Amino acid sequence: MNAMKTALQRCNDFVIKFANVNGSGSASANDLFARAIIRMGVPVAPRNIFPSNIQGMPTWYEMRVSAAGWLGRRGGCDLMVAMNPQTWDKDVAELESGGYLFYDSTKQLPRSKFRDDITVLGVPLTEMCNREYSDARQRQLFKNVMYVGALTALLAMEFAEVEKLIGEQFRGKDKLISANINALKRGYEYAREHLPCPIGLRVERSDQVGDRIFIDGNSACGLGAVYGGATVAAWYPITPSTSVVEAFTSYCRKYRTDPDNGACRYAIIQAEDELASIGMVIGAGWNGARAFTATSGPGISLMQEFFGLAYFAEIPAVIVDVQRGGPSTGMPTRTQQSDLLSCAYASHGDTKHVLIFPEDPYECFELGAQAFDLAERLQTPVFVMTDLDIGMNDRLCKPFAWDDKQRYDRGKLMTYEALEAGKDFGRYLDVDGDGIPYRTIPGTHPTRGAYFTRGTTRNAYAKYSEAGADYVYNMERLRRKFDTARSLVPAPVLRAAKEPTTVGVIHYGSTSAAMEEASVTLEAQGIHADTLRVRAFPFSDAVLDFVAAHEHVFVVEQNESAQLRTLLINEGEINPKKLIRVLHYDGTPITARYIAAKIADALSERKVTSIRKKVAT
Amino acid sequence: MTYLAKPRLLLADAPKNALGYTRRDYEGAISTLCAGCGHDSISAALVQACFDLDIEPHRVAKLSGIGCSSKTPDYFLGNSHGLNTVHGRMPSVLTGAALANRDLIYLGVSGDGDSASIGIGQFAHVMRRGVNMTYIVENNGVYGLTKGQFSATTDLGSKNKRGVINSDSPIDLVALALQLGASYVARSFSGDKEQLIPLLKGALRHRGAAFIDVISPCVTFNNHPGSTKSYDYVREHNEAVNRLDVILPRDTITASYAAGTVRRVVQHDGSVLHLRKVGDDYDPTDRIEAMNHLHERHALGEIVTGLLYVDSSAEDLHRHLNTVEKPLNKLGDAYLCPGSKALDALNASLR
Ligand SMILES: Cc1ncc(C[n+]2csc(CCOP(=O)(O)OP(=O)(O)O)c2C)c(N)n1
Ligand code: SF4
Ligand SMILES: [Mg+2]
Repeated sequence: MNAMKTALQRCNDFVIKFANVNGSGSASANDLFARAIIRMGVPVAPRNIFPSNIQGMPTWYEMRVSAAGWLGRRGGCDLMVAMNPQTWDKDVAELESGGYLFYDSTKQLPRSKFRDDITVLGVPLTEMCNREYSDARQRQLFKNVMYVGALTALLAMEFAEVEKLIGEQFRGKDKLISANINALKRGYEYAREHLPCPIGLRVERSDQVGDRIFIDGNSACGLGAVYGGATVAAWYPITPSTSVVEAFTSYCRKYRTDPDNGACRYAIIQAEDELASIGMVIGAGWNGARAFTATSGPGISLMQEFFGLAYFAEIPAVIVDVQRGGPSTGMPTRTQQSDLLSCAYASHGDTKHVLIFPEDPYECFELGAQAFDLAERLQTPVFVMTDLDIGMNDRLCKPFAWDDKQRYDRGKLMTYEALEAGKDFGRYLDVDGDGIPYRTIPGTHPTRGAYFTRGTTRNAYAKYSEAGADYVYNMERLRRKFDTARSLVPAPVLRAAKEPTTVGVIHYGSTSAAMEEASVTLEAQGIHADTLRVRAFPFSDAVLDFVAAHEHVFVVEQNESAQLRTLLINEGEINPKKLIRVLHYDGTPITARYIAAKIADALSERKVTSIRKKVAT
Repeated sequence: MTYLAKPRLLLADAPKNALGYTRRDYEGAISTLCAGCGHDSISAALVQACFDLDIEPHRVAKLSGIGCSSKTPDYFLGNSHGLNTVHGRMPSVLTGAALANRDLIYLGVSGDGDSASIGIGQFAHVMRRGVNMTYIVENNGVYGLTKGQFSATTDLGSKNKRGVINSDSPIDLVALALQLGASYVARSFSGDKEQLIPLLKGALRHRGAAFIDVISPCVTFNNHPGSTKSYDYVREHNEAVNRLDVILPRDTITASYAAGTVRRVVQHDGSVLHLRKVGDDYDPTDRIEAMNHLHERHALGEIVTGLLYVDSSAEDLHRHLNTVEKPLNKLGDAYLCPGSKALDALNASLR
């Protein structure tokens, strides 16, 4: 093998992939490895690629180490930690030329199982573990820690950082700490003795992480719901949203337990299905509590009828939709942005809903908390649209922030005092011209302000009416309200290109990390593009102005049917020809390479070869 | 005019309850149901029960599904908030509402189609959870609002208006509620307000899941010979296990009963249920006996009514969840938001 000559040489900029067997306890070892690199001041972006299965199936943990701070998926793999014989061939084939293959060399493998253009790094992990431990589970778990130890040596990482992390992880459990550190050392020492340490890939201490935190989007959503004042949560387990309510539960235990008597300032119900989940959320919202549910596509499908009721009865509700692939199991544990249309126009009748698109855990927290204000101000369901990529992967992001001076905005509530003073109350009356009526919470006043509501079929005073004029009044008011929403939802984020350009790119949600990187790639090719990250539906004027201001507008999405593009065309009355699709939907997170290539190709087809010149003249 | 306001005839001598309210204060809009519909009698019984119990109308929240029965909350307790939800899903909405504010009285109104067909799942789970509520099914054995189709409570062999015989086994919601853990279970008949009003009162004062199946004939689609939910049929086959008097703590007991003819059950709030014996001795505190009795008598073609089961020490969902005493919807920012300091500490742990 002549690989060493051409072996990749990279410092703080490579992709390492762990091929594991689901249920083997590799997740915490991989996490330890990622955190150790972060502690060395180098940004990493890990991603789980896992099956819809609890044990025995292949699972991958792909980690991008990037001093430049790119957190999107790069694609390709420079170092494969091949711990799963089942996927060996595929894993080996995936390595970049000049890459490194780390494997358990206990069992001899024929030469044909390797490649000539890679560097092979064998550590007899099984043998070492079998010698060291008698218990089967220990053998398995410590094998993972051992490979972390070996990698620490191979990549020239600081052993002390990993050691320290183990100490933090098992704080108070001294036995576990020493056992783990022992395993770590075994791996580390073996590599130092038997392998060419360091290899061409290295991690060097840096200061690129700053004060950023490392957390997954679902935990951030759960925390956002606590800060946003949610007291009622109802849900039904479904990947990839389950950990939203699990996080909400544990944060509530921590922050919402009454110090005097241990009572709960929250109520969480695992419902019998998603219909019941959303029903409970609506009941609680009608009765004046902030409530939410978390689900994924199939749950959204089941909730449709109720969304219509909440829309027309004007009941606040927050729905976190962690999007995934289509029906059944398997693909559904892969990421997508494919529920936009089914949420935006959810339910029967003329409905339109407010959608929020967080880009990362920071926004899952911030916009997730804001969603509760928005739902009450607008008295309507608000959908927080995340996806598996944001939801279930730890991501470096800005530290969470909260302004203690801010107060929950409960929207237009008719109080006891106002009713007592004889203020006119029509539940569905547009008093202020913004389409948002006033509401009373049940139990407000003994003789005033009560109303009986149904979806439709009532007048502005909530009295039964089948009159067409009353229906029309109501629909027009709802449209006004939706228009008001455009100025209340989070504004889009514009990044202007370094030079004036006719090219604009619209993207949203988890695409942003790859998009930012793609902009830089394109810029290096002389293609300048302004980008606009849309953060909400309905679209504010800024979104439509952006489209109008650019000749070539790309819409980058992680679905097959170009759903945001459809919304733009439909709601912004934009000529479809103007919006160029860039779609990625194979279940893996979109990459900068993919975006940049699609945009460059399309522009050259459109013969927009030298934009710089064109703009300059 | 599409909304019929009730004429406000103020009768100076109308009786008032302890709160100074007349029965009129517990009424709602004029019913749009067919004249003679059993559901209207249930509405009237609810008005009477709330009046008798001195309930402040705004302390009641009314929730219903979809159907003629589910329309009725508009026709009583006009000073209470009401939410007409979607077909078969009232129980979840009621559960959420009850979670938000444990201090109100929750009244769920449903039909046999609403609860036993499309909504049987939610019916089952709301009972299991022990939501503190009074859940009424206005059971006419038919879909009234969609014009007379069989429902899941239609008895085997019962005939519809066109003479078609039902061949599907019926669901007995009372048997289900007993099995699922409801802690106050009764059956009554809309044509027997003497029986129905006290049963409603006992339920409204009960803590936990109270369920009443009220047979309520549909005069338009299911009141003909051959139907087992017609006025005549129910009158002929009605077998009450007991007769109930509800005595509130404030009442002085005036009634006197012959020895051995009455059972006393004290509810958590001090209200006393006096169950007068009718025929054989029946123990309404024994869930198993209640289920057995129900099945035995059903096999004989009888419609068993009365207070079939009560557990006066039952807990409710809020107790199971150990929620704070103060209603969740009244907790202010300071009780809910952990604030920036906690967030800083959390940030530090995520590095
Ligand atoms: C999802 C849905 N499916 C069907 C209907 C039509 N629908 C309205 S009422 C009803 C049946 C109501 O029967 P029941 O609950 O027994 O009430 P009743 O009218 O007999 O009092 C049906 C099927 C609906 N409203 N919603
Ligand atoms: S159709 Fe039947 S249930 Fe409906 S209102 Fe008429 S009588 Fe009552
Ligand atoms: Mg019916």
